[in-house]
Amino acid sequence: MKIKFTLNKKKVTAEVESTERLIDLLRNKFQLMGTKEGCSIGECGACTILMDGKAVNSCLVLAEQIEGAEIITIEGIADGEQLHPIQENFIKAGAIQCGFCTPGMVVSSYELLNENPEPNEEEIKEAIAGNLCRCTGYKQIIDAVKISAEQLRDSK
Amino acid sequence: MKDFNYIQPDSLSQAGKYLSNRNNDAVILSGGTDLLSLIKENIYTNENVVNLKTIPNLNNIKYKKGEGLTIGALTKISDVAESKIIKEKFTVLAEAAKEIASLQLRNMGTVGGNICQRPRCWYYREDFDCIKKGGGECFAYQGENKYHCIIGGGPCYIVHPSDLAVALTALDAKVKLFFDDSSRIIPIHEFFILPEDDYLFENILRDGEIVTEIIIPDLPDGAKSSYIKIKERETWDFAVVSAAAVISKKGSNIKSGKIAYGGVAPIPWTEEIINKSLKNLNADKNEIEKISKIILADAEPLEKNKYKVILAKNLVKRILTNLVLDA
Repeated sequence: MKIKFTLNKKKVTAEVESTERLIDLLRNKFQLMGTKEGCSIGECGACTILMDGKAVNSCLVLAEQIEGAEIITIEGIADGEQLHPIQENFIKAGAIQCGFCTPGMVVSSYELLNENPEPNEEEIKEAIAGNLCRCTGYKQIIDAVKISAEQLRDSK
Repeated sequence: MKDFNYIQPDSLSQAGKYLSNRNNDAVILSGGTDLLSLIKENIYTNENVVNLKTIPNLNNIKYKKGEGLTIGALTKISDVAESKIIKEKFTVLAEAAKEIASLQLRNMGTVGGNICQRPRCWYYREDFDCIKKGGGECFAYQGENKYHCIIGGGPCYIVHPSDLAVALTALDAKVKLFFDDSSRIIPIHEFFILPEDDYLFENILRDGEIVTEIIIPDLPDGAKSSYIKIKERETWDFAVVSAAAVISKKGSNIKSGKIAYGGVAPIPWTEEIINKSLKNLNADKNEIEKISKIILADAEPLEKNKYKVILAKNLVKRILTNLVLDA
């Protein structure tokens, strides 16, 4: 089946199989390797992307379901080579260890800050509750989101 | 993942026609958060997957004073958690929605899918030929049964995993079902069925029947409600035990109330004797203590889940104290 959708602000088409998942489509056909596959059952959040502005697990979406949808992956959050402030702050705060959870964490944080520019610590924890960091560096990740929130507010 | 055909109906009527044909060996996809795992694990091997997600007008939340609330079955759980009217008036439902899984899963999962999700029992989910999958026995009964039911069990001992179902039971909701080309509306307590009546399924849905809407009667002004969920992992998890309570007050007395429990039985559980005892109750600390002592009096815990009885009793004490005394 042929589907049309918007991927990182570009209109694209793809030929997909019925059992193909969105994560397979992104990684295999579009070579967008930032989206990671961890658990494959929606528990780890490494495959988090934005579908129509909402964070979802791309391992639990069938490719055919995204007909007409707007998909943003971690590659679409940076502006070309220019990293998004959230990404910059993940680096500055030391919020990256092995890096496997980072794209998912950044995407979840991005949705949070879009919808709630002044989150408190509880709200940050809740927003990234669906993202597991097996290096357990959560403190630095929360710090990075806090700094990003301030910075994005100041820049507005 | 076993190969399947992806079917995309344009209307409810088209979906109904397709699904009601038994030759089609079809399963319904809405949010997909449970279904795709079930397909991946080969628990579901249907030839056809019917996506309902693009059928219009099944994802609205509507409220009319005096009549109540209707929620389309394809409404996302995150929309229920964030709905202003649900937060204000049907607090128990918003709180239950917010307690479900992670943000990503709430952004995908639907209300209809949530009440139709399959149990989390590890024997059902893993490679065991258990009674729910048509095998001969329930391995939990004498096995690892820490998370299994303490009441209503036999011959299968699952607990129902849905948080929304518990809140909807306390709210006396009704479920609208669509089959072929007609609808029927049934009370939620008739929707869920015990394993003694049918151990293969948790509800009365016939092959091809679709949940289309949840209907919740309006609550009197000043009614209060709440949902508390005990999880083993605080971040997010299925309920070990949960409680939903809806209370109407008259002065300092409870005029009427209903409590439902999750994580204790194969269906959302409620006890008429408890709901009756809440009627016109002068709810002070002693009375709440008395009620918490008699809940789940008929519980028959398994070897490793006796702790659930104590949890449930304390949870009811906590929820009533919050709603009535600390108000």
